[in-house]
Amino acid sequence: MSVLINSSSKILCQGITGSQGTFHTDQCIEYGSNVVAGVTPGRGGQEHLGVPVFDSVREARENLEIDVSMIFVPAKFASEAVIAAIDAEIGLIVCITEGIPVQDMIAVKAKMQDSNSKLIGPNCPGIITPEESKVGIMPGFIHQKGSIGIISRSGTLTYEAVHQTTHYGLGQSTCIGIGGDPIKGLNFIDCLELFEADSDTKGIVMVGEIGGSDEEKAAMFIKDNISKPVVAYIAGVSAPPGKRMGHAGAIVTGKEGTASAKYEALNEAGVHTVDSLALIGKKMHSVLK
Amino acid sequence: MNLHEYQSKQIFLESGMPVLEGGVAISPDEALEVAKNLSTNIWAVKAQVHAGGRGKVGGVKITKDLDEVKGLAENMLGKKLITKQTDGDGLPINHVYIEAGTEIVAEYYFSLVIDRAQETWTFIASTEGGMDIEAVAEDTPEKIIKYSVDPSKGLCNDSLRSLANKLNFKSHLSDEFIDFSSKIFTLAKKIDANLIEVNPLIIDGDNHLMALDSKIAIEDNALFRQPELYKMRDPEQENKLEEKASNNDLSYVSLDGNIACMVNGAGLAMATMDLIKIHGGNPANFLDVGGGATTERVTAAFEIILENPNVKSILVNIFGGIVRCDVIADGIINAVRTSNISIPIIVRLEGTNVENGKLRLEESGLKIISANDLTDAAVKVVESVGL
Repeated sequence: MSVLINSSSKILCQGITGSQGTFHTDQCIEYGSNVVAGVTPGRGGQEHLGVPVFDSVREARENLEIDVSMIFVPAKFASEAVIAAIDAEIGLIVCITEGIPVQDMIAVKAKMQDSNSKLIGPNCPGIITPEESKVGIMPGFIHQKGSIGIISRSGTLTYEAVHQTTHYGLGQSTCIGIGGDPIKGLNFIDCLELFEADSDTKGIVMVGEIGGSDEEKAAMFIKDNISKPVVAYIAGVSAPPGKRMGHAGAIVTGKEGTASAKYEALNEAGVHTVDSLALIGKKMHSVLK
Repeated sequence: MNLHEYQSKQIFLESGMPVLEGGVAISPDEALEVAKNLSTNIWAVKAQVHAGGRGKVGGVKITKDLDEVKGLAENMLGKKLITKQTDGDGLPINHVYIEAGTEIVAEYYFSLVIDRAQETWTFIASTEGGMDIEAVAEDTPEKIIKYSVDPSKGLCNDSLRSLANKLNFKSHLSDEFIDFSSKIFTLAKKIDANLIEVNPLIIDGDNHLMALDSKIAIEDNALFRQPELYKMRDPEQENKLEEKASNNDLSYVSLDGNIACMVNGAGLAMATMDLIKIHGGNPANFLDVGGGATTERVTAAFEIILENPNVKSILVNIFGGIVRCDVIADGIINAVRTSNISIPIIVRLEGTNVENGKLRLEESGLKIISANDLTDAAVKVVESVGL
């Protein structure tokens, strides 16, 4: 088992003919992901990377069975693309696009209220179940099938956590990059719940960062609902308040969103926190021993 | 992107929202001209900087003597204003806003923000107007009143009426408040604002609501569709290096330490700063070169880093995912050669083609210190500063 995706997941790529869409879809196919179709308005009927291209998500859905949509549509049009996938009732939508205006994400979230679709991202590396399926832009080769579930707000920090858990021979069940935007799809709690229920996952790594209060909420949730060991790292202890640190969501406003508040909440919930990024793998290794 | 008060008030005026008569000036003479044309006998001279807390540090002056306006403007223009929201250097005052004064019967705090926890717009109001709202929220949270708009239903007048009641707005003031709130909401959506703050919102001598101050922040990600607002950008209010970085598609934030960092990925860039701190050093900056760390971008990044005179050492931390480490190594080598860097550079590479990357650095003949892992990199860079 794994969470959300596995080797049989049928994947659609929205924006497949663009440069990003082409490059990364090709990499996904090479990794072994089951990409079945693409969507680019105006390019319907063509073939790209060996799969059929449709003008709309709806047409793709009418012709093929689709479990996951991976979105590489430019920021200007990305929220429309997500809404198209919601309308077509795609079960899992993974939006890689960075720079979507936050108001557009409010509209997306409103649309999701009456929908069963799950959204990962935007502004994220995607999701991977090692040696089965990769839906996103992460380097496949650093992953190894195993027992750690990884949830992260940051792309490169996910890779660090993956690299370290691979180094210690633990491997990963599934890694979910939930993204660096303030308004997004799945959050820590949704993913923790999935990993708790997954029999292949023995431990969970949570990589957070400054801004918002998702980590604090996750800490409360872990206390009452998660039996598996959780190792957490929060980036941005040294970040000054009021400054946006790259990610749109990584900003300390007033007293909210500081790394120390997040560490405090996590420690109180019995989470195994590490103050250095370099210690994530080592900590998980010793906790599971 | 932040707007100045004078720009925000112009937008308020155009949106039919109540603001006092006023005008902007860039010279003392112009300030006097503006003041003369206002139908008032009391004038406010307000320094235009992208920071709050102006009043407490002399950034807002009131006078009943028209002749004083020029002198007050002269004292502000060309100076820098340091408030508790700015850094130690302060922000340059290149514009002053001259506004008609008014009697203040009562002051309120009022704002509309994009609320990440509620994933929608939230109105925040308080009877504690003119105060530092974060302090109010901390000390007397019961005095903060909120209303989050359900995005699938839109703005609800009934909820605004309830908000008005909680602020004790009676009869026509309640109607004015609902009208004001609706206009702010429409405006925020139209201009992609993630914050519109009116602090204070006042009841004036004629018993009407009036926006005495106004602050608008436009969502950076939406600037592509707000060309008119983008023209209002004031680069003078931004950190020079941060601006240069953003023109090069780099994300850079100045800090006060002496160890510069160059990292791919925002999360890893923050984590690298944290590592330096843990090992006893002080980061000079946050810098994310992004996923496609090309030679051009790495070169631009080195240039920006080196413009900070405090920098004594550089830590380059790259996790090559899609980008190959050997390509990044070439970028670093080229950049070091062209920029003639004389201070220590510690490089930690990991990921795709890492062995090749390290080999290139080694064979380059440059004085680049290679680190084995994250901790090693942090230790080495902190040591290099200590020597």
